[in-house]
Amino acid sequence: MAEALAKSEFTGTGHAPAKSFELFARPTAKTGLVGWLTTVDHKKIGMLYGGFAILFFLIGGLEALLIRTQLIVPNNRFISAQLYNELFTMHGTTMIFLAVMPLNAAFFNLLVPIQVGARDVAFPRLNAFSLWVWVAGATLLNVGWISHLVPSWNFGGAPDVGWFGYSPLTSKVFTPDLSTDFWVLGIQMLGLSSIVASLNFIVTIINMRAPGLTMMRLPVFTWMALVTSFLLILALPAIAIALVEVMFDRNFGTNFFEVSGGGQPILWQHLFWVFGHPEVYILILPPMGYVSEILPTFSRKPLFGYPIVIFSGVAIGFIGFGVWSHHMFTTGLGTVATAAFAIATMAIAVPTGVKIFNWIGTLWGGHIVTRVPMMFALGFIWMFMLGGFSGIMHAAAPADAQQQDSYFVIAHFHYVLIGGATFALLAAIHFWFPKFFGRMVPEFWGKVSFWLIFVGFNCTFFPMHFLGLNGMPRRTWIYDSNMGWNEGNLFATIGAYLLGLGIFTYFAVLVYSFFKGQKCGNDPWDARTLEWSIPSPPPEHNFAAIPQVHARDAWWYEKTHQEEIAKEKAANIKAEEAHGGIHIPDQSWYPIIAGMGLLFGTYNLAQLKHPVVMFGNQVLGSHAPLAIAGLSIVVLACYLWSLEGPGGYHIHLDADGNAKESGGYHH
Amino acid sequence: MSSHAATIDHHHDSTTSTGIPNKKLLWWAFLASDCMFFGTLISTHLVYRLNPPPGNAIPTQVFNIELTSFSTFILLMSSLLMALAVNAIQRGNVRSTRTMLLGTMFFGCIFLGGQVYEFGHFVHMKHMTLSNSLFGSTFYTLTGTHGTHVAIGVLLLGMMYVRTFKPAAGGGLSMNFLHMLAVAVAAGVAFIVFVPGMIEIIYGAGIGEFLSSHAVPLSVGAAACIAMAWFARQSSTVEFGEKNAIDVEAVGLYWHFVDIVWIIIFTAVYLLEYL
Repeated sequence: MAEALAKSEFTGTGHAPAKSFELFARPTAKTGLVGWLTTVDHKKIGMLYGGFAILFFLIGGLEALLIRTQLIVPNNRFISAQLYNELFTMHGTTMIFLAVMPLNAAFFNLLVPIQVGARDVAFPRLNAFSLWVWVAGATLLNVGWISHLVPSWNFGGAPDVGWFGYSPLTSKVFTPDLSTDFWVLGIQMLGLSSIVASLNFIVTIINMRAPGLTMMRLPVFTWMALVTSFLLILALPAIAIALVEVMFDRNFGTNFFEVSGGGQPILWQHLFWVFGHPEVYILILPPMGYVSEILPTFSRKPLFGYPIVIFSGVAIGFIGFGVWSHHMFTTGLGTVATAAFAIATMAIAVPTGVKIFNWIGTLWGGHIVTRVPMMFALGFIWMFMLGGFSGIMHAAAPADAQQQDSYFVIAHFHYVLIGGATFALLAAIHFWFPKFFGRMVPEFWGKVSFWLIFVGFNCTFFPMHFLGLNGMPRRTWIYDSNMGWNEGNLFATIGAYLLGLGIFTYFAVLVYSFFKGQKCGNDPWDARTLEWSIPSPPPEHNFAAIPQVHARDAWWYEKTHQEEIAKEKAANIKAEEAHGGIHIPDQSWYPIIAGMGLLFGTYNLAQLKHPVVMFGNQVLGSHAPLAIAGLSIVVLACYLWSLEGPGGYHIHLDADGNAKESGGYHH
Repeated sequence: MSSHAATIDHHHDSTTSTGIPNKKLLWWAFLASDCMFFGTLISTHLVYRLNPPPGNAIPTQVFNIELTSFSTFILLMSSLLMALAVNAIQRGNVRSTRTMLLGTMFFGCIFLGGQVYEFGHFVHMKHMTLSNSLFGSTFYTLTGTHGTHVAIGVLLLGMMYVRTFKPAAGGGLSMNFLHMLAVAVAAGVAFIVFVPGMIEIIYGAGIGEFLSSHAVPLSVGAAACIAMAWFARQSSTVEFGEKNAIDVEAVGLYWHFVDIVWIIIFTAVYLLEYL
């Protein structure tokens, strides 16, 4: 056992050989700009994901406030119709791909390796690559905004085809400018990032578990991360190919979605939703994981019905691939197909309902402590259920025919994505903030932000149910005053400002806490999972000793069996030290170089056939040479990356737990 | 580490929870994902096959089924060589591994050369382009994506082949780079110029004409082959050995997968038209 323990930080390809191919010396800075750009540490990568995601979350929120301001009164001329199209497209795209998904990715990075008792993910450099490819995609999606500021950068503004980019709107005939090309390649990059990251987490969760940590002892969050990763690798290819087809239609004259050449726009809808529907479970399964961690902690009880919660999550992921056509009930699929998808959609509510009953079962008879994360988690259950109820209404195809593309749908998916996913994420940020920054968030101001968000959210989106049933279509730029929509819209807009104020308060309090929050120890919430057994913030090597897991709530077990655990830990530290110490992989330049090469390449690929103009002079006839140059950088970076090896150094702990590094590769 | 042990268990890695090496699990998960990429492309092709617009290309008038059957056979045989390469390195036989890797790459290049010939032939003789018919759009994107997979496979095998020469003493980055360059150029010339030219000759083109009209790329390719032979001189002990079996096996997984996908594509895109 000790032998296996000593090896369990194994990083995949064995320890580096005595000498590897290196073009230039590997970066060693642990702080400062170079430290962050070249890091392969899952915690730093998680922080970067989180920081970027919160930035885009605020940008997406700002876009929403502009949309709501436009709709505050009838016949408003606050913003132009074109800008309105760009805003709702980018609001949706930003919130899904640049806010909720990367926030989940941030928590995957921060928590999964620690919850499985590992020192990092299976492929640390690949993990850094995912991050930088994500940054490339996010940049590409937003680059069109420059057109509004600098007219000579004529990209035609930000993408304006809606977040699901329905064909034939994406055809060159209808959107001749570059904004759609940037949208296509931006989403493509984000997909690549997610697939690579998911492969990494699948291997990490399946293969890097600490001794004793069987699959049915994994924390629910880690389980949901695993299911989500599988959904990502299986769902994203559909949209990746569909985007390639749009790109070919726009640039190389193919006819996949061009009606004049025999193409069928409905194919885009199918391919998009084959991805798009699993995507909503990609957004909501990790949040179900957060609340499954938070509720037991603040109920002082283990999770009720752990196996069935896991099974329900897997079932949701599985059935989630068989319901995509409920987005297309009004396209005329035929009676049998419509009935089949309606039944599957109702069926998927069953495992979701099972989870909700298990969460209520967890609360039942518990000693409930209403700290801020718990408030958000309870809000999640209630609000997500409301979103689920309107979801069931959509499952009935005849009713859906009335609700399609109305504000009722807007109300539904904001209840599941804000009331569901975002509430759970806000709970999670609050819950794990002390772990990664070592400081508590003030309880009072946390609760103020919760109530502002809760009330503001309901004021904004509850009236939208009625607006939708009264016939207000989504993506409405302007409406007349005699439609009966005035009060609802005014109310919703005021609610949106309140929600904005709540979100501002929430993050302002976090910034304050980062500098001035009360310092905390390892385990301020008396929590259950392994991350609470290590210092706050965690050291680079996570664990002084690889933990031995004895129970589902591993840290609760450790707290009640201290003598047994202390003995095990001492033996494990000794075994690992005898084996050369704790192995930590080296940092690397290549992931970020490859990511930035990809950005340069795709930025030029998007405008392939346009001449390159600098300061008013045409420099090149097309962007092809620059696109090729960018992709060559990627190939070269991957080549050198593959040769440099994982490298690494060892950390040695003295009796007091202080770390000392040694650079040798000895074993 | 186990790499210094006398015997290596190629089917079990004691350092992971499941005993499956991380690298292998990564490839398996990637292949699951790749299935969906091809699934989407094949679906697109089949959907439009059933809904052809007027004036669509007629597949049986375009295809050269004898040639494609031949290149399919070659690709399947490359899997045999790939399996032999894995077997060789599991026995620690680096020399034989190199031979089998080169053989796999060469068969891959014959397949790719067949595709280059086929695409050129379809465009110039049958006048089916990417954009002038929907069949062309779906056919070229699907088989082109598969061809790209094979080309990447050849590149990965090439990197593996070059890596077997890495000296145990360390260093040699520039040597590795030049060697890799020679392999890439030789493979590129083989499937872009040499193999399509050979097929032309089999179909009756003149040898002299082919040699004179492609003199530059052919001589560059020949120079690259000579460079490869020069780089392959065995001078010092190498670092590569039985412990790297998992690396060869991982590339092998990918190679076999790309073969299996071709069986499906060959059936669904080509053979289906002859039923």
